[in-house]
Amino acid sequence: MEKERTYTLKIWRQPNANMKGAFKTYKVEDISPGTSFLEMLDILNDQLSENGEDPVHFDHDCREGICGMCSLFINGRPHGPDEEITVCQLHMRVFKDGAKITIEPWRANAFPVIKDLVVDRSAFDRIVQAGGFISVNTGAAVDANAIPIQKVNAELAMDAAACIGCGACVAVCKNASAMLFTAAKVSQLALLPQGDIERKERAMKMVAQMDAEGFGACTNTGACSAECPKGIDLSVIARMNREYFTAKVTT
Amino acid sequence: MSWITDTLGSSIGKKLLMSLTGLFLILFLVIHLIGNLSIFSGDGGLAFNSYAVFMTSFPLIKAVSYLLYFSILLHAFYAFMLWILNRKARPVRYAVEHANQNSSWASRSMTLLGSLIFIFLIMHLKDFWWQFKFGGGYEFEIDANGNRDLYKLVILQFQYTYVVIAYLIGLTALAFHLWHGFQSAFQTLGLNHDRYTPAIRFLGILYAVVVPLGFASMPVYIYFFMK
Ligand code: HEM
Ligand code: FES
Repeated sequence: MEKERTYTLKIWRQPNANMKGAFKTYKVEDISPGTSFLEMLDILNDQLSENGEDPVHFDHDCREGICGMCSLFINGRPHGPDEEITVCQLHMRVFKDGAKITIEPWRANAFPVIKDLVVDRSAFDRIVQAGGFISVNTGAAVDANAIPIQKVNAELAMDAAACIGCGACVAVCKNASAMLFTAAKVSQLALLPQGDIERKERAMKMVAQMDAEGFGACTNTGACSAECPKGIDLSVIARMNREYFTAKVTT
Repeated sequence: MSWITDTLGSSIGKKLLMSLTGLFLILFLVIHLIGNLSIFSGDGGLAFNSYAVFMTSFPLIKAVSYLLYFSILLHAFYAFMLWILNRKARPVRYAVEHANQNSSWASRSMTLLGSLIFIFLIMHLKDFWWQFKFGGGYEFEIDANGNRDLYKLVILQFQYTYVVIAYLIGLTALAFHLWHGFQSAFQTLGLNHDRYTPAIRFLGILYAVVVPLGFASMPVYIYFFMK
C-alpha cells in the first residue's frame, strides 16, 4: 500500500458567466495514489459541502475517456501531464506528495465559462450541425459490408472518428483555433463513400461556422495534436484545407 | 467578387495567402543569395555591380520585383490581421502554461520573428535599395564597366559594428521563422503525406540553416577581412 498524499489545489472559481472569477486555494489530504483526478475533486467537494461551501463545478460524464465531457487545464496542460488520456483517466500517482496543482477552465472566446471549471462548448455542436453529418433516410441499418471501402481509408476515417470533441485542441492552441476538431470531423466523412455526396458543401459550411464562432486561425504549431487525448494527427488539418480549397474552386 | 473575398477572407483563406507569399519569398531568397555571393568573386565588385544593374533593369525581373514588394506587404498585413484575430480568440489567458511540452518556440513566435524580419527589411532596403534605385543621398562611384559601384557601398556599410550586428539579428530571426515556416507553408496548402512530408521537413530545416548562414557570411567576412 503506497503512502497517502497531500496536495494544494489552486482552482479557478467563477460564480457565473457574467461575474468575475478568481483563483482559490484548497488543501486535500489522505489521497491514495490510485485515486483518479476527478475522484480527488469529489473528495474536495465533499469537504466543501460539509463546510457549507459551494462545491467546485466541473464537467464529467462517462469517466472512462469516451464522452469528451471532462475538460480541465491542469498545471498548464489540457487533461493534465499524462499523454493521450482525458482528465477522467488521469490518476493522482503522477503528482508528487505535497505538489501544488493549478486547475483552470478551457480558455477561449468561443468557450465562455458557465461556472467555475465548466465551459460552454456548444460552438462545437454548431460546427457539426453546419455539415458534420450525412443525409440519409433512417430505417433499418444498412449492412455494414454492403458498401466496399478501401482499407486505408477505413482506417484513416476511424482515426479521425476517434475525436471525442472535448476541446483540448482549442484549449491548448495559442490561437484558440478549432482546426483540429473541425478537420477531424471533415476528414472522417470525406474519407468514406457515404460522406461523398455532401463533401464540398460540408467543408465550406463547417469552416464558415468555425470562423463565425470566433475561434482563432491555425499557425501549425502542432500543440493540438500533441495534447489530443485521442492522438488525432495534424494531417487531418491538411486534408481539411485540401477539401476546402477543392470545394471553393469547383463549386 | 464575394466568392473571392469569402474564400480569401476565411481563416484558411488568409493562411493560404500567407503560405503562397511566404513560399514566393523563400524562392526569392535563394536567387537573392546566389546573386549576392558574387561579392566574393574577387574582381573588386565588377560582377556584383553588373548583377545589381541587371536586377533593377531587366523588364521581367522588374515585373517580378513588384510582385515581391506586394508579397512582403501582403504577408505582413495578413500576419498582423491574423495576430489580432488570434488574440481576440483568447481574451483570458492561462495562469500556468507549459507550451514547450507541446510545440516549438519558433512555431509560437512567428509574429515576433516576422516583426523582427520586417524591421530588418526596412533597414536593409533603406541602406542599399533606396540608395541604388532612388538616390538616397549616397554619391555612387563608377566602376571599370561604367556601372555604379554598389559593391563599394556594401563594403562601407559592413564596416559598422552595429550594422553587422543588426544583420545577424535579422538573419537569426529569419532562420527561426523558416525553421517553422517552411514546412508550415506546405501543411497550410494541404500538402501533408507520409511519403513526402519528411522530405519537406528536412528540406525546410536545411534551408533555415543554410540560407541565413549564407547571407550572414557576407557582413561577417567583409567586417573582419575586407577594409
Ligand atoms: C523574407 C521574409 C519572409 C519569409 C521568407 C517568410 C516566410 C514565411 C512562411 C513560409 C510562412 C509559413 C506560411 C504558412 O504557415 O502557411 C510564414 C508565416 C508567417 N510569417 Fe513570414 N516570412 C517572411 C517575412 C515575414 C514578415 C515580415 C512578417 C511579419 C511582419 C511575417 C510574419 C509571419 C507570420 C505571423 C506567419 C504565420 C505563422 C504561421 O502561420 O505558421 N513573415 N512566413
Ligand atoms: S468524463 Fe467522459 S471522457 Fe472524461
